[in-house]
Amino acid sequence: MSNVLLTVAGKEFRDGLRNRWVLSISLIFAILATGLAYFGSAASGQAGFSSLSATMVSLATLAVILIPLIALMLSYDSVVGEDEQGTLLLLMTYPMKRWQFISGKMLGHGLILACASVTGFGLSALVTGAFSDNIIWSELLAAYVFFIIFSVLLGWIFIAFAYVISVSVTEKSKAAGIALIVWFCFVLMFDLILLGLLVTTEGNVNAETFPYLLMLNPTDIYRLAIIQYFADQQLSGLMAVAQQARFTTRILFCGMLFWLLMPLLYSLLKFNNRTF
Amino acid sequence: MIIVDLSQVEKHYWGVHALQQLDLQIRQGEVLGLFGHNGAGKTTAIKLILGLIKPSRGEVRVFDKDPAGSHAYQLRRQLGFLQENVSFYQQMTGLEVLNYFAKLKGCTARQSNDLLAQVGLEQAVDRRIKTYSKGMCQRLGLAQALLGSPKLLLLDEPTVGLDPLATRDFYSSIEALKQTGSTIVLCSHLLAGVEKVIDRALILREGRALAAGSLSELRQQADLPVNIELQGQDLQLPEPLAASFRRTGKGIECQISQQQKMHLLPQLLSLPGLENIDIHMPSLDDIYAHFNQHNSGTV
Repeated sequence: MSNVLLTVAGKEFRDGLRNRWVLSISLIFAILATGLAYFGSAASGQAGFSSLSATMVSLATLAVILIPLIALMLSYDSVVGEDEQGTLLLLMTYPMKRWQFISGKMLGHGLILACASVTGFGLSALVTGAFSDNIIWSELLAAYVFFIIFSVLLGWIFIAFAYVISVSVTEKSKAAGIALIVWFCFVLMFDLILLGLLVTTEGNVNAETFPYLLMLNPTDIYRLAIIQYFADQQLSGLMAVAQQARFTTRILFCGMLFWLLMPLLYSLLKFNNRTF
Repeated sequence: MIIVDLSQVEKHYWGVHALQQLDLQIRQGEVLGLFGHNGAGKTTAIKLILGLIKPSRGEVRVFDKDPAGSHAYQLRRQLGFLQENVSFYQQMTGLEVLNYFAKLKGCTARQSNDLLAQVGLEQAVDRRIKTYSKGMCQRLGLAQALLGSPKLLLLDEPTVGLDPLATRDFYSSIEALKQTGSTIVLCSHLLAGVEKVIDRALILREGRALAAGSLSELRQQADLPVNIELQGQDLQLPEPLAASFRRTGKGIECQISQQQKMHLLPQLLSLPGLENIDIHMPSLDDIYAHFNQHNSGTV
């Protein structure tokens, strides 16, 4: 990896530390995960660290809303922001290739999110383990590692989406607006439309092809992966339908990788062909 | 040695002719002033030299290479650039910002410190950019442009926001750079300060070159009169000037052509009652205004 790329990545990461991004994301994740682990079973009249799988599934339900939002907020202005303040034009006259600049920035933002996820969720795993009565550490850690890997991947996908927005527009405010729409569509709208489809056809959609529609949304792939891993849970809604398809974890992982690479490559190409 | 060579360069943007048939050669060690109203094509010319854009027609060569071609990477180590209205990363300190740019350009941290001292920011190196005044940001931008001792320096409105003292310091650092053999292109609206440091000027209007040459060449081309102020009692002008003059509180003001200047001056100096004489050569401002008013002719 080139020096220039690491310099840009290092600056982005240090900015993340300085702006308290790393700290605040870590805290949000830690509080959320620990809180859910402790109060997750409150509905059944008890509090305390009990079912690991129940905790992870409800954590995934919240993370699927929160992580895309955090990732988009973190990166939406990364290119358009520099464009507005004038440093982008200046940097383009420096001895570096455009892909190095964009990749460096992505790497920096990716690291911020990864560090915060590992710290936040990792801390929660330790707390949960320490205060549980009958805990199998290996099981707990494996569950959290699985959860963290997929959560980081989900975050990276939305960072890549943020870059697509950031290299495509010329105003920061417009980028923020589009980021909100992207979040709304992937996190809320998509599932509503699929549910609507299920209801209006009275469940008569092709049961074999329907689960594949979920692959069109990375947030659904993420939820499927987590839910399948902790499969002892009673499923409802879209996820119940999707269970019929029985995607392997490897397929889901590849699906997410595809969702990561597509926007990433698009933003690289788009920025490479940009005129100043 | 020719550092920058633009031949018959044209640049069109969505039907707008940003530059038309521009020929420009800049030799090593030369300071070129690039003047024109907003939208005259100055920034387009600079972007072409930087290799940020490619010409629609014609050829651009910088250090005898295509600045937008495969050599751009090496070429850019020898370039320094400061554009108008750049605001650096607000949350970083001046030193951090300059160190970041230095690393990207492959320079040492030591050079950042030296440059910050050179532009007079040594007291503010550890302060965040958000506490900097406009002038301080401009100085930081200049230090940034000087990273890696560039052989070609392109400065777009470098003195905007600088106080008179800082402007003077800036021009003396331009002089010093010129002595080291650097080639400099200066875009500016503030013509008064620039005229002392530039060797040559290029005046653009609507993408075309209106006039090009050294200040004295441009004065000759424009053929603007020399303003002469004579102070004294009961002054009587000699014959050719007696027709048109203006009496002021202190004496007489008149205009003579540049060709007549050497011929008439001895006569004026020997006028009875003359106490003082002020000679105002047409300034860059006058020349600029002249070429913009008489824009029919192009070079």
